[in-house]
Amino acid sequence: MKRVRLRIGPAIFELRSPFRSVLTEVEALYRRYPQNLDGEIFDFSVTGLPVSPWRRFLRPSIMFGGDFSLADIVPVEKRLGLLGFEMAINLQMALGYLRHIVVHAASAAKDDEAILITGESGSGKSTLSALLSYQARWRHMGDELALLSLETRPLLHPYPRPISLKNESIPVMESRAPEDRFGPLLTDTVKGDVRHLVPPQRAIEQMDRPALPKLVICPHFEAGREPAVRRMTESECYVRLSTASTNQLRLGERGFDAMVSLVKTVPAYDISYGSSEDALKLVDELWQQA
Amino acid sequence: MTGPSMLLFEALREPERLLALTAKDWNGLIRVGRAERLLATLGTRAEGLALPVRAAAILEEARLDAERGQDRIRFEIDRMAETLLPLGFPVVLLKGGAFLMAGLSPLPGREIGDLDILVPRDRIGEAERTLREAGWISVKASGGYDDSYYREWMHELPPLAHRSRGNVIDLHHNVLPPTGRLAPDAAGMIDRAVRLPGGLFILSPEDMLIHAALHVAYDGDFHGGARNLWDIDRLFRAFSSADAAFAESLRDTARAQGLMLPVRRALFLAQALYGTPVPAALSKRTDPVDILAKRKLQGRDRYGRQRTPVADFILYARGHWLRMPPFMLVRHLWTKWRARRREARDATRRTGR
Repeated sequence: MKRVRLRIGPAIFELRSPFRSVLTEVEALYRRYPQNLDGEIFDFSVTGLPVSPWRRFLRPSIMFGGDFSLADIVPVEKRLGLLGFEMAINLQMALGYLRHIVVHAASAAKDDEAILITGESGSGKSTLSALLSYQARWRHMGDELALLSLETRPLLHPYPRPISLKNESIPVMESRAPEDRFGPLLTDTVKGDVRHLVPPQRAIEQMDRPALPKLVICPHFEAGREPAVRRMTESECYVRLSTASTNQLRLGERGFDAMVSLVKTVPAYDISYGSSEDALKLVDELWQQA
Repeated sequence: MTGPSMLLFEALREPERLLALTAKDWNGLIRVGRAERLLATLGTRAEGLALPVRAAAILEEARLDAERGQDRIRFEIDRMAETLLPLGFPVVLLKGGAFLMAGLSPLPGREIGDLDILVPRDRIGEAERTLREAGWISVKASGGYDDSYYREWMHELPPLAHRSRGNVIDLHHNVLPPTGRLAPDAAGMIDRAVRLPGGLFILSPEDMLIHAALHVAYDGDFHGGARNLWDIDRLFRAFSSADAAFAESLRDTARAQGLMLPVRRALFLAQALYGTPVPAALSKRTDPVDILAKRKLQGRDRYGRQRTPVADFILYARGHWLRMPPFMLVRHLWTKWRARRREARDATRRTGR
């Protein structure tokens, strides 16, 4: 049984599996993250075990679990084990992490102010987040989960796990980021092709440095679309962020109060665009105004 | 060496022990605490101690989550009471719901999953109909094996979940299945129940302890027993200090219903885990079931996994054996095995793996 410990932002995970090669891939992907966590108390245990004893060797198939698990999890082929661990880690955060409001959103900071990008899968959120991550002026904070502190005017805390690029966004970023920051190309996953991109070193070094939210955007990518901007009302922004959160309702009054104070103080826009250039331009304009 | 299960039990009993733990101890303790659903309870016990920062954060997050869960159940109880109290028969809160509404000693940090209530047997149909009309729906398909099994052979109806809130009510007419070898006097329990302000009831102290004891020592396979035994330890200590004659009246109430053995067994195990001060009149000589149960309760590894397959199997078989007569048991296991096989086949077909 091989064990690997990871720290992403405020959370430490211990990953455990008899599939050594899968964990070796994980170690390689996270080699630039904090090391030497052996003496630490960890937050979540994550396991990748064979579906049955013989499936360790014969058509290897991995069932993922952890301290917190769901009943109907589907096993993953061994060649996609890296992706399986990423999903299992996310699941621990979604189900078990209650020290912040966890929102399904990407985020980035400029100085100590942050932009929060929320939207359903396929809306262009991940691509936009990846584009910002390798722009010199932005500090990447996370591509998938944003952590908001439980206080009035909540702070955004970084959770900069490797960015999960899908399909068309892979070549887009391959031309913008150095080759040695990419993980292996994973083909034929549930979401098509996936390739992980380790964020710039600055994002990892500053993963304990929070930022104050200044702008919320909800992107809609549609090929050929003319750029358009619509201001969201406070209540629309609340509903979007609250439904994108895995735990806000569970946090009760503290979660509600923090979220309300965020939407009351930070402007929010729904933006549509048809190209990466338009997207970056819109974000810059809105950032200036905010 | 002290295993992670024992670390948890010792820390619950004497929280100062947490001050001496290594990071490795903590990691085992956190996993076992989560598996036994006792981490939030430990969080309340450890308040005020200077713990490692990350450990303190993990305990605090569990404690706050359990409190929010209690709020949810308090609201569900309020809705349930509004629905059922006008019908005019006593509605008795069991377990967590009772601890919550009466502020009893196991409450701090207690995770409360479902809402268990007991009503008079001849009014249970009316109670179910009324709850269904008010928005609770059955989670088992009507007329299916599980649904029929509950209705015919169980002491409770199939779980009712509220259609928008999702909280689950288990509606009981007794505290053990009628198919078993023991027969608690449910009508007597309802007669002796204590009325709370607002009109709901809770069991008398003696019956509350008996119910908790039956749950852990008789009905089932000791799974989740660490938490039930913690309830028993807290209740026994609190009731005994409020009433010097409690142990005696507990014995009389249990004896009158033929329930001495499970009560003694539960107290024996609570003493083994948490040092419950059990008087000689309620103690028992150790038997093989005690030994296996103790083994199972202490048998989680540092990842919170149960590592006692032999004890698990024997206790599982015993649980079913106590629950139903042999012929019925064979039929039940056969039906369940076929259902599981069918499910596995369907799952394989769905995922194509």
